[in-house]
Amino acid sequence: MMSIIIGLGVVLVLAILYMIFRIGNLIVMVKGEEKRVDSFNKVNAFLFLVFAVVSIGGFLWYSYTHYESYVLPVASEHGAITDSLFWVTMGITVVAFIIIGAAMFWFTYKYQYQEGRKAEFFTDSHKLEIVWTIVPAIVLALLIFRGLRVWNEITGPASDKAEVIELVGQQFAWMARYPGVKDNVLGSINYKLIDASNEFGLDLTDKNSFDDFKSLELHLPVGKEVLLKIRAKDVLHSVFLPHFRVKMDAVPGMLTQFKFTPTKTTQQMRDETGNPKFNYEMACAEICGRGHFSMRFPVIVDTPEDYEKWKITQVSWLKQNPDYMKYVPPELREAARIKAGIPLDNNAAAVSAVHAPPISN
Amino acid sequence: MATIDTHSHAEVHHHDEHEEHEHHGNFWTSYIFCQDHKVIAKQFLITGMMWALIGGTFSVIFRLQIGFPEANLDWLKPILGGWITPEGKIDPEFYLALVTMHGTIMVFFVLTAGLSGTFSNFLIPLQVGARDMASGFMNMLSYWFFFLSSSVMFVSLFISTGPAGGGWTIYPPLSALPQAISGSGLGMTLWLVSMALFIVSTLLGGINYITTIINLRTQGMSFTKLPLTIWAFLFTAIIGLLSFPVLFGAALLLIFDRSFGTSFFLSDIYIGGQALPNQGGSPILFQHLFWFLGHPEVYIVILPALGITSEIIATNSRKPIFGYKAMVGSMLFITILSFVVWAHHMFVTGMNPFLGSIFTLLTLIIAVPSAVKIFNYVTTLWKGNIRFTPAMLFSIGLVSFFLTGGITGIFLGNSAVDIQLHDTYFVVAHFHLVMGSASFFGMLAGVYHWFPKMFGRLMNDSLGYIHFWLTFVGVYMVFFPMHYIGIAGFPRRYYSWTNFETFSGFTDLNMLVSIAAILTLAAQFIFLFNFFYSIFRGKPAPANPWYSTTLEWTTPRHPKHGNWPGAIPTVYRWPYDYSKPGSKEDFIPQNIPYSETPESNLPYENEQIKLELGSDAIVVEDKKH
Repeated sequence: MMSIIIGLGVVLVLAILYMIFRIGNLIVMVKGEEKRVDSFNKVNAFLFLVFAVVSIGGFLWYSYTHYESYVLPVASEHGAITDSLFWVTMGITVVAFIIIGAAMFWFTYKYQYQEGRKAEFFTDSHKLEIVWTIVPAIVLALLIFRGLRVWNEITGPASDKAEVIELVGQQFAWMARYPGVKDNVLGSINYKLIDASNEFGLDLTDKNSFDDFKSLELHLPVGKEVLLKIRAKDVLHSVFLPHFRVKMDAVPGMLTQFKFTPTKTTQQMRDETGNPKFNYEMACAEICGRGHFSMRFPVIVDTPEDYEKWKITQVSWLKQNPDYMKYVPPELREAARIKAGIPLDNNAAAVSAVHAPPISN
Repeated sequence: MATIDTHSHAEVHHHDEHEEHEHHGNFWTSYIFCQDHKVIAKQFLITGMMWALIGGTFSVIFRLQIGFPEANLDWLKPILGGWITPEGKIDPEFYLALVTMHGTIMVFFVLTAGLSGTFSNFLIPLQVGARDMASGFMNMLSYWFFFLSSSVMFVSLFISTGPAGGGWTIYPPLSALPQAISGSGLGMTLWLVSMALFIVSTLLGGINYITTIINLRTQGMSFTKLPLTIWAFLFTAIIGLLSFPVLFGAALLLIFDRSFGTSFFLSDIYIGGQALPNQGGSPILFQHLFWFLGHPEVYIVILPALGITSEIIATNSRKPIFGYKAMVGSMLFITILSFVVWAHHMFVTGMNPFLGSIFTLLTLIIAVPSAVKIFNYVTTLWKGNIRFTPAMLFSIGLVSFFLTGGITGIFLGNSAVDIQLHDTYFVVAHFHLVMGSASFFGMLAGVYHWFPKMFGRLMNDSLGYIHFWLTFVGVYMVFFPMHYIGIAGFPRRYYSWTNFETFSGFTDLNMLVSIAAILTLAAQFIFLFNFFYSIFRGKPAPANPWYSTTLEWTTPRHPKHGNWPGAIPTVYRWPYDYSKPGSKEDFIPQNIPYSETPESNLPYENEQIKLELGSDAIVVEDKKH
């Protein structure tokens, strides 16, 4: 039924268009003698004016009434600064936009064709040209200098105390690796060591890797600087934390990073937005294939105490994969066992497994 | 002086013979393998329109997915076959292929070949006063390389693994590894082959445009008397000539990485259960090479449209374009700067942040000449006597889009603000308005304006008005809401947002955008009808339907190969003598000498009369030889 109605509608519209077309042709033929403009000139001039009023009005109305729906609450220190720069830029450009737009559409209405009137022969004005070269240049310079100062702070080196977390992108999921509570240093990795279990390509000859743990949620401490070390396993991905105003590509073969300080815990955000189900999220912002749109990674901002508690409860990667003990050089196994938190009997099993001929090969 | 004159007359003589010769051409040489710039322009135009229809249809198909994620699309099965999943949804990989092809087709085939190919070819010889392009044969090759390139790309739409799907920017490793996305198999190979052919076509065309503008201007047509269209085409061709070879290089290296085991762009990759041997390459290198073309490409797309608009706004405001020299200067400045802003596409790719600072600075500098152009257009309208032909409507629409889309560039060019907005719908809104829709409007304006010269008939005005209003409002309805969606952080190239709580809103706006996109595409059929109907049944056009000053309107209604039946007119004045005080008519064509218009001459122009007489004397002298 619906499709019949739509079909009829289309036919009707086409018929109307054809009528207008035929009538237009006939009028031209009847009129015969050439006039520069027809009555549509007035209509078009008027429509431009209507368009300007309605569109600028609609723009301001929607922007004002729907503010809550298009502005994401901000939850990082630098995000508050870039947001303010965004809104300053918005203020300046909207004023310019409305002035120029209003002028243009007013002129098109005011100076529509009139028989016998002659346009002004106005070819040049150095004064005007200089004014509208210099004014935008100054305004832009101010925006740039503000922007560059912020940019340099954001991209500057992180402090030594920053909490280092590694994020790894792959088709089509994220993983996080924490440096572990014992040494607080990320172990080195090598992409050639990656296999089904060793998803990070952890190099177990590096003693820093023993207590590293994997997480499928990104936990962050509030009020503490976080340094994300970002890499990708297969193709480009991009870490996008919308509420923290963080975005940085994950590039295979190249480590990238982004530092920021979360300012609100998940709970604070829930209270603030009045949405008890609020959750921070991380997305992928660089096209990476079929599942690009599904690379959601949960993000939780804890109080520093909760964050430390959470870290302690996490099991090291090596403990979860004791088979890999065999790749640890013999002289480091004792240290590995302690750091990874593997009890003795478990370890014995792992070591005896190493000594079994087929695997030790 | 005398030698130049002799030369131009020899040229005239030569071409006259040529023109006689042309009458004997058969169907193949007059319509298919034709060397007449006007026919080649029409070939580019029709091919471009066909591609625009395909590219536009693709956008509507993927907008169906975004706007109506719950809809059952089984009815598309007859066309898309296996790309519709059993649940009646578009396959996510095919969705990406549609997005990729939409971008590639629109940027390269429609707004580069369709726009520059059509109007540079058509207008350069007619407006500078030349019989044809410097090399008609190269010009013909340019079209046929484009045709070949088009054919390869068209074939890639039908292969079983689908066309290229890694985004129109084809960033490796995604575009290099068939195991990462099926479009990176044969589809990507065809994409690269097609693009290589396309670059050959562009270079052949560009060399011709530049040579013709520099060498084949008619007598008196000094650079300061060139219409702004020609300036725009000249700068466009120069940009293309310098930047397209870099894309060629990038494509070649990518072909090596894909097929011959090199590691220019690949390093440390573990995919499909195995670690690849490639090490030491850098995906960022590709991005630099790509955007070294990719950014100038934006200006390749917009400059011709701005040139066309300058011409149409001046003509229909019955006013000289305001600040001719400033217009040329800002285009020159844009041309130069267009080569040093490319990395603003890469602020958050892991590029050295110091480079980010440099490119922020350079990017915001380029906003100044762009702003000057807008101010000059608006001032040209001021105190004009405006005639709203369909071409004029589209030109005003272009200025509006250029303003709306240009302003958001100030946000994106500022690296600190770009962190949040990068790769969101804010970017989509920005470039679709400032370069996509603006130059598309430039192209439509050009078609409406020069249709009488192309086909000797007028298009129907009423249908033109309806086409304009539906498209103008439609385009704003499509792209304006995307700003809000982008500020809310919605990432580009997402098949669906339902996985995220953060991106759960705006189903209403997305639906609105999709409906507007469908209506806007539908409105283009009014244009297509008008275009093809008018070719055959349109009202015969008068010699100079818009009362314009430029040389193309001094040709006969159906100019033959060679353009002017007699001698090429000599040019005496700049192209914008509209509504000159004292003059009876409100326009004085470029080929009217100052000695014939004593009533309207400005003091320094009276000085020119002596020169005119002087040059006439030389011509007489030449004829004696």
